[in-house]
Amino acid sequence: MTKYVIKRVIMAIVTIFIISAITFFAMNAIPGGPFNREKALDPATIEALNARYNLDKPVLQQFFIYLGHFIKGDLGVSLKNGRSISAIIGDSFPISAKLGLMAMVVAIFFGILLGSIAALMRNKWPDRVVIFVSTLFTAVPSFVLATLLLLIFSIQLGWVRVWSASSQSYILPVIALSMYPMAYITRLTKSSMLDSLGQDYVRTARAKGVASRKVIFKHALRNALIPVVTYVGPMTAYIITGSLVVETVFTIGGLGSKFVTGITNRDYTMIMGTTIFLAAVMVTANLIIDIVYKLIDPRITFD
Amino acid sequence: MKNVNDLPKKSLMSLQVDLSKFMPATEEEKRQQDVMSESTTFFRDGMKKLFHNPLAMISIVVLLLIIITIVVAPMIVPYGYSEIISVGGERDKGAKNLRPFEWSEAEQEYIAAGNELFPHIMGTDALCRDYFIRVIYGTRVSLSIGFFASIIVLIIGLIYGSISGYVGGRTDLIMMRIVDIIYSLPDMLMIILLSVVLDPLLSGLTSGPLQTLGTNMISIFVVFGLLYWVTMARLVRGQILSIKENEYILAARAVGAKPGRIIRKHIIPNIVSIIIITTALEIPTAIFTESFLSFVGLGVQAPMPSLGSLANAAREGLNSYPFKLVFPAVTICLIVLAFNLIGDGLRDSFDPKLRR
Repeated sequence: MTKYVIKRVIMAIVTIFIISAITFFAMNAIPGGPFNREKALDPATIEALNARYNLDKPVLQQFFIYLGHFIKGDLGVSLKNGRSISAIIGDSFPISAKLGLMAMVVAIFFGILLGSIAALMRNKWPDRVVIFVSTLFTAVPSFVLATLLLLIFSIQLGWVRVWSASSQSYILPVIALSMYPMAYITRLTKSSMLDSLGQDYVRTARAKGVASRKVIFKHALRNALIPVVTYVGPMTAYIITGSLVVETVFTIGGLGSKFVTGITNRDYTMIMGTTIFLAAVMVTANLIIDIVYKLIDPRITFD
Repeated sequence: MKNVNDLPKKSLMSLQVDLSKFMPATEEEKRQQDVMSESTTFFRDGMKKLFHNPLAMISIVVLLLIIITIVVAPMIVPYGYSEIISVGGERDKGAKNLRPFEWSEAEQEYIAAGNELFPHIMGTDALCRDYFIRVIYGTRVSLSIGFFASIIVLIIGLIYGSISGYVGGRTDLIMMRIVDIIYSLPDMLMIILLSVVLDPLLSGLTSGPLQTLGTNMISIFVVFGLLYWVTMARLVRGQILSIKENEYILAARAVGAKPGRIIRKHIIPNIVSIIIITTALEIPTAIFTESFLSFVGLGVQAPMPSLGSLANAAREGLNSYPFKLVFPAVTICLIVLAFNLIGDGLRDSFDPKLRR
């Protein structure tokens, strides 16, 4: 167990290192330095700026300097507005984290609920409706869904106020973000629930007269949830990338929209900082999920 | 049949059957030997199951209709995807943001003068371009991205996975470690990063036909080639490893079959269905990825439309012209839904592990 955890932690650190290396060298491969503005600066200023940001040193040395700062939580300053990237992330991450966690809870709760209903009422109308709707939602790109929700409920019907500093309604963004994972979890739960309902231990429990509710919750559902737990990893990745889109559509000032504006502005330090940060969040989340997954399912061995 | 009495007398201890102990079969018993249905192959059986799956069949029909439309429509519609509408040789400034089947004033006068014009089936966009032909070209671009990206994934994944699975040992270990690391990279973030980087790098290199595609589209392919093949490689390797352990491979080897024959006759037929299914399900992923990249402004080059960039462009002025979002969005949904359902149908009919 400890050996497995250590192995996974080392893997995670290696991954984050590789990501930062790719990001760093990729950024340096882009032609033009950060001080190539439309209005040319005089060479002395550029030299001073390069020295200030260690840009006069070899690329490899720059990388290690960057890593040193990165470990201390310093990701440099935005090329557009000069604000520190760490401060920007510190401001915007809580909003994104709240949005993401809410979407995850909604997706998992309703996904399992609807999936179980579909499995228990197999081939009846609730099953057909749930599966039809969830198949449909796996085919809608998140930005289309977000835009449609915004158009219908905020602009046309006026039920939900558009996001601003004074009114922060999470409901539409959460719906837009959670629909796809919810649809996926629904389908996953249905098939694994059907699978476990057909197992011998369920039949045995039924035969010895265990109450139907107890059979479903204690025997069938608990085992059916294991595949759902494995999906939590990919779902975290989906929610993080999905939030890039959803935050931009709803004009929420979270980390995702900062990333997207960073790309549109070609603000390289911003892209770098947010990529590494989001990647680190994703890798850590995957690490925790993998360990939890092995803990809850005793059949899986640690090798 | 020989008469019982014609046979030589059975000697004691011999294994010769004693025919006098047998009875002729009755008509009913003979009928049990009748062949009830034709002998069938795995492929034919799967196809039969697929044809009986209504959702998959509808999806195939829908996809075929879409493909026929995108091939035929540009030959019929007289507008180009980047062509600004002109009436009688003069640029028509009033043909901006027309609704479906609406005419601009200049066009109405032109028609009133007795000339014929092709209707704007989906209206026009903010730059006075016919929207229908843009959606058609957008569908072409999105579908071809999906198609080629999944082919790239298929080729790289297949070669890498088969080498790793067939050679095994230390090679396999090293190759799979590389796959593990690429697998744990957050794909979407890496795609965005690589697109940002590849865009200026590629713009210097490309010329000729590649130029019209746009550097972003090439970087999408490069990125797919770099990142998305790992799932396919893992799948192929796992399949080959498990098939290699089967008794029939051992039997084939024991009777002297050469590796070439084993790969051709035993391994490929066993993995081909799973590969086709995964490839079919890879196409919607690629289309989704492209639409996502278009959303963040890293999609195909400007005058060339893709479904994602059309839907994204439609977000401006959405309140006044919602149909501009609806057409490309519905097309994306239809294509992705169709591929998902075909993939599911193929899996249900060709994956032997799912048969009950």
